[in-house]
Amino acid sequence: MNDAVVLRTTAKLLMPFMMVFGLYVIFHGEAGPGGGFQGGVILAAAFILYALVNGIDKLETIVPERLTDVLAAVGVLIFAGTGVYTMLAGGAFLDYAQITPSNPEAGQAWGMTIVESGVGMTVASVMLTLFREFATEPAE
Amino acid sequence: MMIVVDIVLLTLVVATGYAVTRLQSLFSAAMMSSIYSLLMAAVWYNMHAMDVAFTEAAVGAGITTALLIATIVYTGRDEKPRTGVHLPALVVCVALGGLLVYGVPDMPAFGDPNAPIHAHVAPEYIDQSVRSGKTHGDMKRYVPNKVTAVLASYRGYDTMFEAAVIFTAGIALILLRGRPRQRGRFYRGRV
Repeated sequence: MNDAVVLRTTAKLLMPFMMVFGLYVIFHGEAGPGGGFQGGVILAAAFILYALVNGIDKLETIVPERLTDVLAAVGVLIFAGTGVYTMLAGGAFLDYAQITPSNPEAGQAWGMTIVESGVGMTVASVMLTLFREFATEPAE
Repeated sequence: MMIVVDIVLLTLVVATGYAVTRLQSLFSAAMMSSIYSLLMAAVWYNMHAMDVAFTEAAVGAGITTALLIATIVYTGRDEKPRTGVHLPALVVCVALGGLLVYGVPDMPAFGDPNAPIHAHVAPEYIDQSVRSGKTHGDMKRYVPNKVTAVLASYRGYDTMFEAAVIFTAGIALILLRGRPRQRGRFYRGRV
C-alpha cells in the first residue's frame, strides 16, 4: 500500500492519539469509565491500524512477537504479584490497603491502577497476538 | 425524550441484526455487526452504563470486526446459498424469544430503586466506595468510579482470572497455529 498517501498519513497522525487515549483509559480506570480491558484493546487497535496500513512485517520491527508473548505473561504476573505482595505485607490476597498502610484509601487506588495496568498489558498483547496469528499464513 | 432515542436506536439494532442474518456477503455482514455493536454502545450510554458502552465500542465494534475480517480472508467472502427455512431452529428461536418476552413484565422497572439488585449488596458497595459529596467509606474520594472499585477490588479474584483466561486464549492460539520457534530456542517446527 505504498501509494495510499492519504491512508498512510491519516494512520500516522491517528496512532499517537490512539496510544495516549489507550493509556489514559488504562491508568484512569479508577476515576473514569474504562480500565485495563478497554484501554488494552484501544492500545492494540493503534498497532493493528499500523499493521493494516504498513503491512504485518513492519509491525514485527516495532512490536516483535517475543515482546507481546512476554508482556502477556508479565501482565498476569503483575496482577497476581500484587496479590502476593499484599499477602507478604500482612493482609489478604489482593488487599490493596496494604500497599500504603498509613493511607489505606490511597492504597486501594494504587492497587487498582497497578492491576489495571497489568490487565491492559495482557489484553493489548493478546489482542495483537490474535491479530498477528490470523493475519499471517500458518506455519506449515 | 430519552424514550424516543431508545426506540430509534433499538429499531436500528433490530434492523442491523436482521441484516446480518440475511446478507450473503460475509464482508458486509461483518461491517453490519460492527454497526450493531456501535448502536448497542449508544444504547448502553443512554442507560448511563458508561463502562459497558466503552467495552462494547472498543471490543464489539473495534477488535471483533478486525478479527472477523481476518477470518473472512480464510473462509471466503460469500455465504453458501441457503435453501428454505430450518424448521427446528425457527421453533426453538420463537419459543425462547416468546419465553423471554413472557418474563419481561415480571422484571422491575428500569432504574426502580426498590429493585432487588439495588436493595441487596449494592448499598454496601456504594457505602464502602465513594458517597456523593461525602468522604466516608472505605475508599473515600480516591476511587470515584464504583464500577472499577467492584471489578478490581471487591471482585479482584474474578478480574484476575479473567486476565488469566485472556492470556490462556492467546497461548492456546499460538499453540494451535503451530508458530515455529526461533532457531533452536525451544523447538524446531511445531510447538
